[in-house]
Amino acid sequence: MDTNLALVLLLAPFIGFLINIFFGKTLGKNVAGIIGTLSVVVSFAITILFFLQINQNGQPISLFLFDWIQISNFKVDFGFLLDQLSLLWLLFVTGIGSLIHLYSISYMHEDVNMHKFFAYLNLFVFFMITLVMGSNLLVMFIGWEGVGLCSYLLIGFWYKNQDYNDAAKKAFIMNRIGDLGLLIGIFILGNLFATLDYTTLKTAISTATNLDLYWISIAALCLFIGACGKSAQIPLYTWLPDAMAGPTPVSALIHAATMVTAGIFMITRLNFIFDLTPFIQNIIAIIGAITALVAATIGLVQNDIKKVLAYSTVSQLGLMFLALGLGAYEVAVFHVITHAFFKACLFLGSGSVIHALHGEQDMRKMGGLKKVMPITFMTMLVSSLAIAGIFPFAGFWSKDEILMVAFEHNIALWIIGSIASIMTAFYMFRLMYLTFYKEFRGTAEQKHHLHESPSLITIPLIVLGVLATIGGLINLPGNNWLQHYLSPLFSKAEHEAHAFGIIEYTLMGIATIGAILGIVIAYIKYIKQNSIPSEDSQITGFSKVLYHKYYVDEAYNAIFVNPINVLSRFFRDHLETSLSNLVFGLGAITNALGFQGKKLQNGSIGFYLFAFVLGLTAIVSYLFLAQ
Amino acid sequence: MNSILSQVGIDNYIFLAVILFCIGVFGVLYRRNAIIVFMSIEIMLNAVNLLFVAFSTYHQDAQGQVFVFFSMAVAAAEVAVGLAILVSVFRNLGSIDVANLKNLKG
Repeated sequence: MDTNLALVLLLAPFIGFLINIFFGKTLGKNVAGIIGTLSVVVSFAITILFFLQINQNGQPISLFLFDWIQISNFKVDFGFLLDQLSLLWLLFVTGIGSLIHLYSISYMHEDVNMHKFFAYLNLFVFFMITLVMGSNLLVMFIGWEGVGLCSYLLIGFWYKNQDYNDAAKKAFIMNRIGDLGLLIGIFILGNLFATLDYTTLKTAISTATNLDLYWISIAALCLFIGACGKSAQIPLYTWLPDAMAGPTPVSALIHAATMVTAGIFMITRLNFIFDLTPFIQNIIAIIGAITALVAATIGLVQNDIKKVLAYSTVSQLGLMFLALGLGAYEVAVFHVITHAFFKACLFLGSGSVIHALHGEQDMRKMGGLKKVMPITFMTMLVSSLAIAGIFPFAGFWSKDEILMVAFEHNIALWIIGSIASIMTAFYMFRLMYLTFYKEFRGTAEQKHHLHESPSLITIPLIVLGVLATIGGLINLPGNNWLQHYLSPLFSKAEHEAHAFGIIEYTLMGIATIGAILGIVIAYIKYIKQNSIPSEDSQITGFSKVLYHKYYVDEAYNAIFVNPINVLSRFFRDHLETSLSNLVFGLGAITNALGFQGKKLQNGSIGFYLFAFVLGLTAIVSYLFLAQ
Repeated sequence: MNSILSQVGIDNYIFLAVILFCIGVFGVLYRRNAIIVFMSIEIMLNAVNLLFVAFSTYHQDAQGQVFVFFSMAVAAAEVAVGLAILVSVFRNLGSIDVANLKNLKG
């Protein structure tokens, strides 16, 4: 029974994909949208069933489908594992996925390829479920690659624009770099323990007497590189902002709420390995903190509404990695969930704004939308408060816990995290003020068409807005439901619940004051002084550096892309030419020989017979003489 | 060994076979009538058969004679096919002069 249900949970989106890709065009836009949405809703419903079950009895369900690979003592099953972690992930992947599918029915309605869009989204959900549900690293890897593929397909969904295609390729290639790391990590683990199954691996590590920590560290580092690629950490983060070329629901689902958290999922899943290597954990924490800070500074000056949100996503992911590096896995997971709520809401809200402005994404040409789009405004405001970390919204609780953990371990990391949080508050409210307050700055034509989005768009917004408000309830201090729920996953003894003392309250206070400070600065700058970000050409000084994202893309182009291009061009112009000349030359020689040899075939039977006798005589004389 | 072989001597058989073979070769090379060419080939074949049989007896080994049976059977089949081809050539070209068979020119 469980097996069948789990298979339905896994395959429903895949069936949706098949229907939409083959019959979507004939079924029509609405039907394609409804099939796409329903298939994810089915998965969501089954996930809830399983979740309630495991929440009651705490028993993970493992499913074995068939033997996949078996080479001497190395064995990989094709199986799935439904435990606390995977069900939690499934819950918000399918839940938010359903909402975003619903939203897309309206958002993508103008697009001729809507059925294809839903097919890709369904395929993405299928692969994401595979990634999360797999019982070993190799099944996870299938999902890992699959979501990368869907990400590529969806970033380049509007394939007639070459920039979008380039963005898609960039995302795919950068992910490949990370994937190579992940693969090497998997190989090392497989070599060390002769298994890739999570539970077996965990037992093997906990019972092993002399672990080869050197190789385990290398494996952990490689796995982290994989996580860097997928979850957009320094140095592999530059694909994520470019990935905003895709339609906005894609940005919300894949590049904010679900796929980019795969790296965090993987590290949490393998926490027993990372716990063994404190050095790698330090690297993770430091990279996370630096990413959080760098991305936040870039976010301060971006003018494209989706770019701001993209850098904010990178920054928040950095905070999650900070928590992972400090060994506070459940805190990172908590932030993943709240972040999924409010970031999905923000992206969908920005999509609603872009929809109303017919594709305009530049915040300098927005403004004054508060009155015309009250629902979008309210939900985005709530989510902005949540991401800024204002009490009592969801982001406050999760971000606060990360900062608290950072404070316990290392004051420098806490300072970096706090600065990043203040910046978050600033750029989010810069976005809100520029978009929704003051007068409208676009054309009169656009102003005439301003409207609140239809209910298919606003309903998901409202649901996510509510979740962004109350999402913190799952792990309130003192209650710590999430921590208890996830505790079977972690090898070390459960942290004793924080005794809530003066330090904790002070930290909370500082965090809140910081967030309010950020909001106030934004208020002064964009409401009181009424300033609007200047034109691209007039940006000077350090903000120009920030506006150009520290010239990281340019640097990568100069260091990696251009040399490779030069090398490829060299190979094409010289190596390939000489090689093909060689091959053509051989062909020409054969041809010339054949042309000469053709003359022997003159058609005279007498000549043939003469040649035959001559040859025979030659052979016979040779045989005589050779003796 | 009271047989024809001992009376005549193996060397005479060899001479005869060589002479027959050479006649066949020259016939193939000089004559232009396809049927004569064909007959010359048969002479060559029979020269070899003769040699086979002679050596077979000389060595007291029946293998050579068995082989000749096969060779003759195959030769019979070959004659049937070859004559059929010649008939067909005659129908098409009106003659069986091998000099006229130039269609195989490359």
